Amino acid sequence: MMRIQILGAGCHRCRKLAANIEIATKELGLECTIEKVTNIQKIMEYGVIMTPVLVVDGVVKIVGKVPDIDEVKRLLSSI
Amino acid sequence: MRNELKKILIIAVVFLAVYFLPIGESPAGIRFRNGLFEAFALLNEYARKHVLLCLVPAFFIAGGISVFLSQASVIRYFGAKANRWLSYSIASVSGTILAVCSCTILPLFAGIYSRGAGIGPATAFLYSGPAINVLAIILTARVLGMELGIARAIGAISFGITIGLTMSIIFRDNQHQDNQADSFNSEDLQKPSRPLWQEIVFFGSMVGILVFANLSKPSSDNSFWMMIFNFKWFITLACLILLAYTIAFWFKKGELTTWVKSTWEFVWLIMPMLFFGILIAGFLMGRPDHEAVIPSSWVVGLVGGNSIWSNLFASVVGAFMYFATLTEVPILQGLIGAGMGKGPALALLLAGPALSLPNMLVIRQVIGVKKTVVFITLVISLSTIAGLIYGAFF
Repeated sequence: MMRIQILGAGCHRCRKLAANIEIATKELGLECTIEKVTNIQKIMEYGVIMTPVLVVDGVVKIVGKVPDIDEVKRLLSSI
Repeated sequence: MRNELKKILIIAVVFLAVYFLPIGESPAGIRFRNGLFEAFALLNEYARKHVLLCLVPAFFIAGGISVFLSQASVIRYFGAKANRWLSYSIASVSGTILAVCSCTILPLFAGIYSRGAGIGPATAFLYSGPAINVLAIILTARVLGMELGIARAIGAISFGITIGLTMSIIFRDNQHQDNQADSFNSEDLQKPSRPLWQEIVFFGSMVGILVFANLSKPSSDNSFWMMIFNFKWFITLACLILLAYTIAFWFKKGELTTWVKSTWEFVWLIMPMLFFGILIAGFLMGRPDHEAVIPSSWVVGLVGGNSIWSNLFASVVGAFMYFATLTEVPILQGLIGAGMGKGPALALLLAGPALSLPNMLVIRQVIGVKKTVVFITLVISLSTIAGLIYGAFF
């Protein structure tokens, strides 16, 4: 099962990323867990300095930008 | 059950508020009516004067910056092994291209602090970032006047460095010397795909459009400036043609799409908040010379003139209050119109966007209570001083 994490301290763009990912995974019918990481210290442990961040199975995939739903789908189905 | 209780409570509050709305010819009723009128008058003024010529180009510039300028090349200077002085200087000016929303500011701050150049550059960035992002500077200069726009930028940069240095002197012992991480995980940030001079022409032409389209009539009559003013639409057109040329010949199609997308993202992020910010500012403070809900005498009493108290008051209020991106501008416009002094206005502009209660809580998570308190104290006192100095001269 795929493990998706969204890192971001609750800003507008982070919520947008989370929403896009929820829609994309539903449309793909992907089995996954989605977790939101909002504690900034935990976010820092991933070695990123811009949010929002998309982490799939512990690997940082996207830093500091909000991909649209199609982009998320492409990314998730290529993993 | 609790949820239902909450709903009932909300309905009750709304009902009471509506029930006691001051409608009619009483003084409170007139004040309320003026407030509503002023709210839409201010909105109208922004729509007519500031949106097409100022905000639209500014959004394109901000979008371009976030897509085309390599942020990785700036972030390099925040690493643990970077030259100290360079870190401070870059930290205090890089807000121009890095910071537009708190999404970027807080993580960058935390990153610089815990894995990079340490507390000094981190706090310098945190203080200056929100005040000198392109959108904020452009709108401040346009709406509140060139002087205040420039004072805001200079104040943010110089006091940012001062605060950073002071923090690093006070907390010298706690500095992170054991950092091995000298670079950040920023592989996702793309490499520039064209020479620097092309970037300069591209951004220069956009800045040119912005500057010349908004050029106001110079006060003296005979000068060189008057000549430029007379030709301003020709110059604007020339910049536009130059921009069209750069877009047509130097950029790939995919890049243009991401540029438009990111511009759109900024618009969508900022416009709704600005819309309500303008309505609220108009409702409470009105336009210059038009009183709205809050009596001007209160504003004059609290933040009029240029005393230490009015500057301090403006800084403290600014530090704790939350301003959504850019909304500080209409609020300040309303306050200045109602009699706020120029010094306190600058104090509020400096302390305001840099700090707010919610972001203090995040900062505390990163650097702890003691450092946060020192940082807030420094921000408030230096903003007060900046206001005093500015108010004394202008």
